[in-house]
Amino acid sequence: MLGRTLQEVSEALKQGLVTPTELCQRCLSLIKKTKILNAYITVSEEVALKQAEESEKRYKKGHSLGDLDGIPVAVKDNFSTAGIETTCASNMLKGYVPPYNATVVQKLLDQGALLMGKTNLDEFAMGSGSTDGIFGPVKNPWSYSKQYREKRKQKSHGESEDSHWLITGGSSGGSAAAVSAFTCFAALGSDTGGSTRNPAAHCGVVGLKPSYGLVSRHGLIPLVNSMDVPGILTRCVDDAAIVLGILAGHDPKDSTTIQDPVKPFTLPSLTDMSKLCIGIPKEYLTPELSSEVQSLWSKAANLFESEGAKVIEVSLPHTSYSIVCYHVLCTSEVASNMARFDGLEYGHRCDTDVSTEAMYAATRREGFNDVVRGRILSGNFFLLKENYENYFVKAQKVRRLIAHDFVNVFNSGVDVLLTPTTLSEAVPHTEFIREDNRTRSAQDDLFTQAVNMAGLPAVSVPMALSSQGLPIGLQFIGRAFCDQQLLTVAKWFEKQVQFPVIQLQELMDDCSSIFENEKLASVSLK
Amino acid sequence: MWTRRVWLGLRASAGGRRGFPSKADPQGSRRVTAELIEHLERLALVDFGSQEAVARLEKAIAFANRLRAVDTDGVEPMESVLEDRCLYLRSDNVVEGNCAEELLQNSHHVVEEYFVAPPGNISWPKLDEKEPFSHC
Repeated sequence: MLGRTLQEVSEALKQGLVTPTELCQRCLSLIKKTKILNAYITVSEEVALKQAEESEKRYKKGHSLGDLDGIPVAVKDNFSTAGIETTCASNMLKGYVPPYNATVVQKLLDQGALLMGKTNLDEFAMGSGSTDGIFGPVKNPWSYSKQYREKRKQKSHGESEDSHWLITGGSSGGSAAAVSAFTCFAALGSDTGGSTRNPAAHCGVVGLKPSYGLVSRHGLIPLVNSMDVPGILTRCVDDAAIVLGILAGHDPKDSTTIQDPVKPFTLPSLTDMSKLCIGIPKEYLTPELSSEVQSLWSKAANLFESEGAKVIEVSLPHTSYSIVCYHVLCTSEVASNMARFDGLEYGHRCDTDVSTEAMYAATRREGFNDVVRGRILSGNFFLLKENYENYFVKAQKVRRLIAHDFVNVFNSGVDVLLTPTTLSEAVPHTEFIREDNRTRSAQDDLFTQAVNMAGLPAVSVPMALSSQGLPIGLQFIGRAFCDQQLLTVAKWFEKQVQFPVIQLQELMDDCSSIFENEKLASVSLK
Repeated sequence: MWTRRVWLGLRASAGGRRGFPSKADPQGSRRVTAELIEHLERLALVDFGSQEAVARLEKAIAFANRLRAVDTDGVEPMESVLEDRCLYLRSDNVVEGNCAEELLQNSHHVVEEYFVAPPGNISWPKLDEKEPFSHC
């Protein structure tokens, strides 16, 4: 049951084939079994069971709230959840319990979803590996998959089973791992430079970044106000569309949400491909791209072409400056947004009471890790009076050029762009940490951050396994506010490639000693 | 097939073009002086903590300097992708509030309905008055 899609489970609930409580308990036990992944920071067991109870009452009366009623979901720990600790994986907010729900969380709860817990991330969502939070790194479930392990047995001799585990990508790694390991049917992430799409590609799940302005950011602890977007992680494109339909729409509490009316939608099946035009940005073919990802990208383009779509090469001339521009704008906005953490009204507070400034400084030193402090300092540098024009304003101008590149391409008749999501498949943690966070982010965000600067919708769809048995995903980029069209194309693609289901039987067996009662925990993975 | 055209295009230009941001390019980077360190620490109220952090800032600056190569004459800065739309402003009526107690609960130091802060008219000590890279 846990391996089904959201739609299928919703049907099963409506028909009484399974109850919300059963579903909840199975997910909770699976979370315990997969604890080694470190995907969850907080598991809200009591809350979830209570919600399940209420959902069950509704189903019995035949008054279900909708497709999400009784469905277990998880939320990244940088979304405020009333009464549930929200830490952003940082000492600064450890122990902080928000008095309100983020709008997107409230929307999920209003639909009857069951909140399983808060997922792990890089501290303050800064990073591309989900390795830099105070609760430790998140491990990619594929590290324990049969597909990966079989390939490794052919190579490695006598290495300890767990030493070579892979990263999930980031910064919404916990959410991606939670969905990938079947502990929930959908998870919220956040996407500022690719933080939802990157781990989605590495964990073999669908990662959607909606258009900027479509989904409310109220309650999402902000990183870069002009680029942040709540992201959606699910196991299939249809599920992502269902969740988007619920989350999208104007929020009076977030004035950057557009006021156009938005309705939930279902995705049609594409039959006539001849009217579709796919663009392949030539500047995205970089030497650093792994040959496997490149060949899959090629294969995907050929697939569209062979089915009748028009596939053309396009140019986004400012691509090589995009990551630099992102770096400047991101650190500048971060410097401003992190200024609110001074220990006075919420969060960590140090013991110094000598003066306000001394207290703020000590609190921030104790509360933030090196990555966050580094970005704050860089941002402050770019915002200095003598640097403002040359760095910050310059970057804003380059941003316009980059956004304009996309507008030009879409105006020339292209409907959707097809690009890689990541440079390669997930790498082992030991390899990942050889470079520092900033360098890694600059490398890993290459294909994803331009989309955030232009505010466009994008989705990463898993395509195939690499020669090592690890997922590789490709990214589709759509026109602003044409999320439905984007997802329609993605859905067609997903159906064509038939990405394999992760086989995690070994992980369940390894951890079965923790749990004696096998009956509750049996999972059918078809 | 389109793939062959793109591949040939890449090989032709493979020579020296870098489509990828490499490590620190020393060209044009300003050395980070002690004065600048102090200034940034005071503005950010966050300390560098170590020599590595200063080196990281230097790399970050060098990285950002690559923007100079872009011609932005006549280009307006872009603040928001929604610049063509009107920002939503709600009417100036009180619709929520009365939650002082909830909000005060999150603070470590409150007295009645006040957040308590240490005295504010004492400036942060200068760099030479503090230990270098004092780090908890």
